[in-house]
Parts: sequence; C-alpha cells; structure tokens
Amino acid sequence: MSNTQSQLTRRVFAIGTAAALGIGLAGCASSGTPTASSAPVTSISVADYYTDQPAKSIIGDALTKCGTEAGVTIQREAIPSADLVSKTLQKLSSKTMPDLQMLDNPDLPTFASTGALTPVTDAGVTTDNIGKSVLSIGTYEKKVYGIAPTVGTLVLFYNTDIFDKAGLTVPTTWDELKAAAKTLTKGSTYGVAFPAKNGAEGTYAFMPLLWSAGGSEDKLDSAAAQSALQLAVDLVKSGDASKSVVQWGNSDVGDQFLAGKAAMGIMSAGQAAKLDKAGTVKYKMATIPVPAAGDASVAPLGGEVWTLPNTGNTARQAKAGKVLECLKSDDTQLSLAIARGLVTANPALDAKYLAKKPALTAYVDQVRGGRSRAGILGEGWVDVSTKIYKAVQSAITGQASVSAALATAAA
Amino acid sequence: MKRVSLYQWLFIVPSLIYIVLFFLFPVVKNVIMGFQDYSTATFYTGKAPFVGLENYKTVIADAQFWPTVRNTFLFVIGSIAGQFVLGILIANFFKRRFPLSTTLRSLLLLPWLLPVIVSTALWRSLMDQDSGAINTVLKSLGIIHTGIPWLTSPSIALLSVIIVNIWVGIPFNVTILYGGLQDIPEELYEASAIDGAGRVRTFWSITWPLLRPTVNVVILLGVIYTLRSLDTILGLTRGGPANSTQTIPTQSYFQSFQQFKFGEGAALSNILIVIAFIFAILYLRSSRRSLTD
Repeated sequence: MSNTQSQLTRRVFAIGTAAALGIGLAGCASSGTPTASSAPVTSISVADYYTDQPAKSIIGDALTKCGTEAGVTIQREAIPSADLVSKTLQKLSSKTMPDLQMLDNPDLPTFASTGALTPVTDAGVTTDNIGKSVLSIGTYEKKVYGIAPTVGTLVLFYNTDIFDKAGLTVPTTWDELKAAAKTLTKGSTYGVAFPAKNGAEGTYAFMPLLWSAGGSEDKLDSAAAQSALQLAVDLVKSGDASKSVVQWGNSDVGDQFLAGKAAMGIMSAGQAAKLDKAGTVKYKMATIPVPAAGDASVAPLGGEVWTLPNTGNTARQAKAGKVLECLKSDDTQLSLAIARGLVTANPALDAKYLAKKPALTAYVDQVRGGRSRAGILGEGWVDVSTKIYKAVQSAITGQASVSAALATAAA
Repeated sequence: MKRVSLYQWLFIVPSLIYIVLFFLFPVVKNVIMGFQDYSTATFYTGKAPFVGLENYKTVIADAQFWPTVRNTFLFVIGSIAGQFVLGILIANFFKRRFPLSTTLRSLLLLPWLLPVIVSTALWRSLMDQDSGAINTVLKSLGIIHTGIPWLTSPSIALLSVIIVNIWVGIPFNVTILYGGLQDIPEELYEASAIDGAGRVRTFWSITWPLLRPTVNVVILLGVIYTLRSLDTILGLTRGGPANSTQTIPTQSYFQSFQQFKFGEGAALSNILIVIAFIFAILYLRSSRRSLTD
C-alpha cells in the first residue's frame, strides 16, 4: 500500500519536475553535480532478481544496512530473473525506473547503449577497490555503468571418492580430461557433465573452452574455436558425457553430479551450495582444464551489476550512489562473498576470503583469470551468444560438423 | 425509435471499448511494430523509425525460417490429429455408463488443471534419456535396449513435443466432443439398434454426421490454440536441440525477449496472426453454415 502510494507521489513529482525543468535536468544529471532538492530524500527504490532464499535476505540485509548508512529506507522489488529484462524495459518506457537497478552483467551493454543509465562515477561512486576484470563487466564504451560487489564463474567440480577409488588426479589439460572421463565412465556414471542447453547457459559453459584455446567470440570460425567445440563433441560422442547435455543447464549438471551420475562437472561454482546442503557427495573444485599444460584457464565472469538509471532526479540518484558505494565497499564485498559463496570484486581481499574459505582457492584463481562476455562485442553480444549455443547444439547432436556449425555462427 | 437506438448503443459500447482496448489495440500495435526498427533504445527514447518491409525480409531470409515454418505445421497437424482421434475415442468410451465413469471423466481434466510449465517439467524428467521413467519401463519390458533420446535427438524431439502437446490437449477435445455426443438424441441409436446396425455402422451413420458441427469447432479452435502454443515447447526443449523444435511462436519469443529485436519478433507474430486469421475465418464460416443447416 505504502509502496504504490509513494510510487504515485514519485511519478507526480517526476512529471512536475520534468515539466518545470525540462531538458536542463538531464544536463545536470550527467554533469555529476547533484542539485539540492527542496524535499529531503528519505527513501530510494531498488530492483533486483534475488527472489530465492538465501540470496533474497542476504542482499536485502546488505541493502537495508547500506540504506541506513546513507540515511534512506530501501523500497525493494525482487523480480523473477526470467522477467527482469522485460519488466525493466517496461519501466524504461513508462519512465518509472528505480533509483538503483540490478542487471545480469551480459545485459548491461543493452541498457547502457540506450542512454538509460548514468555512469556510476558521475554519481560520485569510486571504483578503486574493484578488480580490473570485474570492472570490465560493468563497463560500456569505456565508461563504468555498473558495479558488481561479488562475482562468480564456472569451475571443474570433481567427486573425490570416485577419483580416489580410481587412483586418478584431477585433469588439468584437455587430453587428461578426456582420459579421466573415459576411465570414470562406468555403469550409470558418466565421466563428465557440462551444460550445453539451448540458452545462455550453454554459451556460458562453452566460453572457458573457447577462451582457454585462444579463441574469441568475434572470430568463431577460427581453428581455436573449432578445437574447443571438437572437445565438447568428442566427450559426448565417446559416450563419456551424456547425450542429454543438450538439455542441461548449470542446475541440471549440479543435480547429475549430486546424484553421482557424473564424476566431474563443469558448472557454475554456485552449485556448491546445493552439494554442501545435501552433504552426500565429497567433492573438490579445480580450474577448468586447458588445451596444453601452461595455457591460461580463462572463464567468463558471472555476476550481477548494480546500476544507476537516469531517472532525472539527481537528489535521489546521489543517495542511490551512496548506497552503491556502501554495497561495493570492501566490508560488504567480503560479507556478501562469504555468505553467498561468491568471490569479492577486490582481488586485495582474496587472502582474507581464503582464510575463511580455504577450499575455494581454485575458484578464486578461476575468477581472477576471468573475462567479461560482452567485453569485446558490447550490445552485439546477445546476438552472438545465441549463435554460440546454437552452434554447440548442432555440433553435439550431429546436425552439423564442428566446422560447419561454427561457420554458421560466424556468418 | 431514437431512444431505442440510444439504449442499443449503451449496451454495445462497453463491449466495444473492451474489444478495442484489449484486442484491436495490441494487434494494431503489433502490426505497426513489424514495420519499425523497434529495439531496446526505443523504450528509452520512444523513437522507432519505420523501416518498411525490412523486418519481414530479414526474418524470411533467415536460414532457420522455412525449417521453423515446417516445424510449426508438423507440430499443429500432429498435435491436432492425435488430440482429436484420442479425444473422440475417449469421448465415445465415456458415453457408456459404467461404475466410476464420472470420476474417471473428471480425472481426465487433470492435464488441464496443471500449469503447462509444471507438467512440462514432469515430462522432461519422464523423457530423460538415461534415467527417465519412460525409458526405464520400456527397457525393463525388453522393448528397447538403449534409451530413446526423446528430447536430446534433433530427429525425435519434435515428435516428443507433439506427444506431450497431445496429452495437454486431450481434456479440451474430450470435454467438447463429449458434450456434442450428449446432444445426439438417444432415439436415433435405439432406432439403429432395432434396424440391426453394428457399432461401426452406428458411428459412421449417426454419430459422425450429427457430431460434425462440434468437430469443426474442436478442430478449428484446436488449430488456433496450437498455432500460438509457446509454453509447451519452451518448457520442454526451448526450441532445441539444434533448432529442431523451433516454431514461429518460439522464434518470435526469442527474437523479442532474448535478442531484443522487437521489430523482427513482431514481424514473425504477424505472419502467425495471418495464418491463424485464415483458420478463424474458416471457423466463422463453418459455424455460420451449421447454423443455417
């Protein structure tokens, strides 16, 4: 009730100021000198997609704490992740964007390119405690539009019981991965599982193979890209990975691994929460294998960026900037990362983090070597992302040869 | 006389407003969007430049367009044929009264009560290649030796999606056809029994001709529902593997809400609207004919 009321007053206020100040307001917003509003700002609106526990309350608590520090109450709306983009677009057209908006990082260029977001530095947010690669997932055309306090990525999970029994050590190269997968495929257990779903998750899981081979998303027909896709195809063709991978996302791979139906799983490190809760599988994490010993294992950075929409109300935006400054402070980063099983944006905090979570060394390494998916292509990424998962699907199901599938994707 | 027509208008206006607001406006908006470069920026700037037939050219030139059209038609024809044949068999079965027949008939409505997104999640686990219930049963019966790749093989996935959609559509078909069967006077069956007509003869000479108007309704409405069906496919395969279950509605959905090419998404759904419209006209004509009959 109070929510709709305040939204109404906000809208009336917004229309009033827009009419009074006209275009001049937009100029103020980007100049970064917030104009003092007559009425003091006592609350800001926030939208994110943390609808599930425990993330919902962990983020909620952090927002409330940061709001208190900034002297505002938080009016939060949690939108299911599948609807976040379409809902946010609707708000964009009805000029009802919240003061602080969370976006999944690959979607950031889409929104930044419309001009709907204010660079966070213009609102006085500092970026010195954010690692370079993490900063890049919130950057569009050299300006920082979003900050991720924490990030995640994919790692290789391996079932230590199965590995010990077989007397194997964790694979570090593709050849070792194939050999280990072959040895460990027995009965109803496959050697390895990975997401190759018809969707963004399929692309997400292909990126470490592509990048570690030296390939790039803007040159998908390269020899490096072909070798990466060939690896995925070989694992399925040899029967060491299930043919069902084309149906699987991260959570499905997590389920398979948990059920002991896969000895290794390349999946989002966030799946650890489920494994820990069940407690039935002994596992460790390792960095994703690379083509040859010595190659760098490069994985895509996952994580949500907080952005400051161009609402035209500089006083509220300044407060939202203060809340964001607190959300990305070292203290909040560390507590969020530990509570949610993610890695901090600031590499300087790794030692403190690993002191609390010693088992996650490989995870931290994988994040620090990580890369932004939309870094090269910007708003063109969404299109290429679709082409990549379609190529992966065509090749794995045998609809097209590896080279033909990638030639289609590169076209 | 004038007063009467004023009253008439008063009765018509509310429904007219409703139709214009909730039917005409979205359709007109969609048609216009099909001719615009409508992207994410449009939501912020409000600008969507007209590009003529560009969106239509792009979607039709796409290598996936014709396979998608083919999938759409196979999906519709397969679903409708299966739903109708099974529907009419089951409806005939329930015409006979037997213990628990009403209970069983209401149980048949279950697929209708479940949200499609829930039932497709169930089907997905049933159809799992390695550990799904269907393959496990078939294997234990010795019918197959290796699991059937229901949703993972591009050559079988469309068939699997059709099977699930038939299951989803059976309650609708049974309910309407059962209603139609109830309308056929019992005396006709008694007369044919006296004349010594067998079961097959009775069906073709009495049931079928008298059920024709209902059949027209069921099939045409079914075609329109199935043409625009999105959730069954999204829930089962998301159009995969390798585009093998991509239909015009799913393609339109992906263009709009994943690629943010709203103009191209609108162009695809306009093509769909035209196809559905043809069936809608056929439906109206056939229902008019059955009235004059």
